[in-house]
Amino acid sequence: MSEAPLLDVRDLSVTFRAGGDAVAAVKGISFSLARGRTLAIVGESGSGKSVTALSILRLLPPAAHVSGTALFKGEDLLKCSERRLRAIRGAAVTMVFQEPMTSLNPLHTIERQIGEILELHGARKGPALRQRVVELLTEVGIPDPAQRLSAYPHQLSGGQRQRVMIAMGLANRPDLFIADEPTTALDVTVQAQILTLLKDLQKRHDMAMLFITHDLNIVRKLADDVAVMQRGEIVEAGSVAQIFRSPQHPYTQALLAAEPKGVPPQSDPSAPVVLEAQDVRVHFPIRRGLLRRTIGAVKAVDGISLSLRQGETIGVVGESGSGKTTLGLAVLRLIRSQGPIVYLGQRIDGLKFRAMRPLRRDMQIVFQDPYGSLSPRLSIADIVAEGLIAQGTRLSLDERRETVARALADTGLDPAAMDRYPHEFSGGQRQRVAIARAMVLEPKFVVLDEPTSALDMSVQAQIVDLLRHLQEKRQLAYLFISHDLRVVKALANEIIVMRHGKVVEQGAATEIFANPQSDYTKALFAAAFAIEADRSGVVAQ
Amino acid sequence: MAAASSRAEVKAGLRLAPPLPKSGMIRLTPLNQRRLANFRHNKRGYWSFWIFIILFVISLFAEFIANDRPLIASYKGELLFPIFRDYPESKFGGFLARTDYRDPFVADEIKAHGWIIWPPIHYSYRTIERSLPTPAPSPPTWMLTKAQCEAAAARVLPPGQPNRGCADIEWNWLGTDDQGRDVAARLIYGFRISILFGLALASISSVVGVAAGAVQGYFGGWTDLIMQRLIEIWSSVPQLYLLIILSSIITPSFFVLLGTLLLFSWVSLVHVVRAEFLRARNFEYVTAARALGLSNARIMVKHVLPNAMVATLTFLPFVLNGSISTLTALDFLGFGLPSGSASLGELLLEGESNLQAPWLGLTGFFVIAIMLSLLIFIGEAVRDAFDPRKTIA
Repeated sequence: MSEAPLLDVRDLSVTFRAGGDAVAAVKGISFSLARGRTLAIVGESGSGKSVTALSILRLLPPAAHVSGTALFKGEDLLKCSERRLRAIRGAAVTMVFQEPMTSLNPLHTIERQIGEILELHGARKGPALRQRVVELLTEVGIPDPAQRLSAYPHQLSGGQRQRVMIAMGLANRPDLFIADEPTTALDVTVQAQILTLLKDLQKRHDMAMLFITHDLNIVRKLADDVAVMQRGEIVEAGSVAQIFRSPQHPYTQALLAAEPKGVPPQSDPSAPVVLEAQDVRVHFPIRRGLLRRTIGAVKAVDGISLSLRQGETIGVVGESGSGKTTLGLAVLRLIRSQGPIVYLGQRIDGLKFRAMRPLRRDMQIVFQDPYGSLSPRLSIADIVAEGLIAQGTRLSLDERRETVARALADTGLDPAAMDRYPHEFSGGQRQRVAIARAMVLEPKFVVLDEPTSALDMSVQAQIVDLLRHLQEKRQLAYLFISHDLRVVKALANEIIVMRHGKVVEQGAATEIFANPQSDYTKALFAAAFAIEADRSGVVAQ
Repeated sequence: MAAASSRAEVKAGLRLAPPLPKSGMIRLTPLNQRRLANFRHNKRGYWSFWIFIILFVISLFAEFIANDRPLIASYKGELLFPIFRDYPESKFGGFLARTDYRDPFVADEIKAHGWIIWPPIHYSYRTIERSLPTPAPSPPTWMLTKAQCEAAAARVLPPGQPNRGCADIEWNWLGTDDQGRDVAARLIYGFRISILFGLALASISSVVGVAAGAVQGYFGGWTDLIMQRLIEIWSSVPQLYLLIILSSIITPSFFVLLGTLLLFSWVSLVHVVRAEFLRARNFEYVTAARALGLSNARIMVKHVLPNAMVATLTFLPFVLNGSISTLTALDFLGFGLPSGSASLGELLLEGESNLQAPWLGLTGFFVIAIMLSLLIFIGEAVRDAFDPRKTIA
């Protein structure tokens, strides 16, 4: 590169002071970014990538101590005055955050939010301002922008909100655009649309883009250069083509190899059917008016049938709001539903709470969020032992501890740590605890509700391997709910593609992955595997 | 079955589980240890706690500190425990059914044939001092002039003895009230009854309130709706008028007052606990517990209640203080404990009607203010100790 880079970061270190200790979040990293290029910073959670992005615009809390230089067009952003920095923020350097639900003010209209940033940095007023807002909304692909001006954030979908955030970022024609995991909270199809949009905009405006992500697929699709971060340090940097072809650092190699792989174990068509559900419906009534009359229903799950054999996995895929989780809760009878559910030949859909209790030992669930699904006030041993106690297993304290230790060892945890508390474990370890809690009761049927979504990529692969191993060993039947098609591909024998509570496509996994029939499934697969945005309009924005 | 196999393995000596941590007298989980450390770290609350505990324990033994009967007496070679037993006066040569040990005749008789050990203060809360140096309410003895002391001493001393003034009369450290009763003695008894009443009212109403809030929040729906409406109607009953009416029909004793106030005070915690339960019942670990087959009662106690504990503990010192000041207020208005019982409210009332005797009002004010402040400081420290942001880092 002949010209000086647009952004040149040298020896950036960030230390957080908590109580008496100093925790180094970023340890002397350097990188540079030229106009028109995209640099992706990848790493797992806690590697310091978001802190790096925030420190460039000095958006970190006062407890953070930042040192080093961040030269933007020759000017050190880390040392310039607060006044000068405010002029740069939102104009020459802009940022988009991860969570579209909370990064827009819920009390302001779209026009006001975008208009504010224009007013702050330019002197546009009145009709010219409105004209510019409409232009920006058109540019980020919001349909009918003139009508949308008076909309509030809650009236927009997650993807549209993120588009509005991008419009705000673009408003003053920035030179550097920082995107901090802008698509992590979005569905795959929407993610593909947003990424395509960002790529187009970057080309058109010749911006530099600093893209923070944990997803290597996105990096491959979007970035020119990549920097891999681990524990606050950049362990490897270079062009995307080079790093993906021949990664040098063992961490990069591990990261690239970490994608969930493998094929599900063959299902046996003669195995007994563990769970059969026919035409399951979960409707939430909508009540209006003084007398709370039911005027309609939200059909969360609308007529799903499935039949699950021992040792088999059914994958349920779909975007958020498609009713996947509701279906999982319904077949476990954790929420009310209509339609027969048969467990090992016994109708369970009419059973009362009390009558279900002895059956709970055979039907377990593992949740998405390992931080929310473990009570923070109980030790790991207590959490895992809880089911044993509830199911009235007659065990002495020693025997129970031994059973718990065995379950923990089976899920790859060290039984010596069983008296510790959940907050002392990492996300992946917590998820293993949640799996151990389900497995200690020796269930026959387990609902896995997005068990890998909250985890880092390398941990995802381990959890998938663990689940497959347990299934083979114990002939478990899984109902695997996920929006992540790569994980589903590695586990499921059969697939149900859901949308708006209905089945879009259902059948053997190999067939559907090889040859999807419906347009929606095709769009979903394109978005998930190739990050191709669908332009036919089958998927929502 | 895993259970069966692990049982066999325990017998065979194959063990994976680490041995249970050695337990001392009380086994504290690490979480509770951290809470205890947090509590100790809050110096103001920690010291308030010890000061309060010492005061409370002392006041629990009020009979041994301020009483009009001796602790132990020896009379003609016989050991007597007047504090526990009533001895007829005939034993000492008198004629009454109960002995008044403060009577100089009885005291001299016992001293002549043995000895007496008195509590530090020779007055009970209802003892009326008849030989006051000034008309009641009389000021604290240390505020008396020498002439007043000598005049008072002359009345109690047998004729012919040298008059040493204040050293010869029984001291009223904080003066007496308008009926000639020792304020210090009444204070100790009054403090005890206030604290006991407050603790009883606060703890029973918390248990009832938490239980009601828990049921409402956990089950929601119709249960919640109906109970909320009932509580709204119930809490709009004017309790002061009810108490006034009640006290005109029956004499309100300690337990009648407790019961009556309890009818209304349990409502105060319901809303907080209900809100916490409404929030927490949708937590994933609660759903997980349901999926494990736990009973509703067990889920509520083990998984949801700890979430509501912080909110409850935040409110508890205020509920406790509220209970104490309610009792004081009722006593002040004359609708509380029967007249003659030791109570801080009655002390305030006497102070109000005897403005010329400031020791009454000031004593009452300082004791109530210090007691309520100590409890608030302790409450603050307990709340901080249970703050999840501090304990679960």
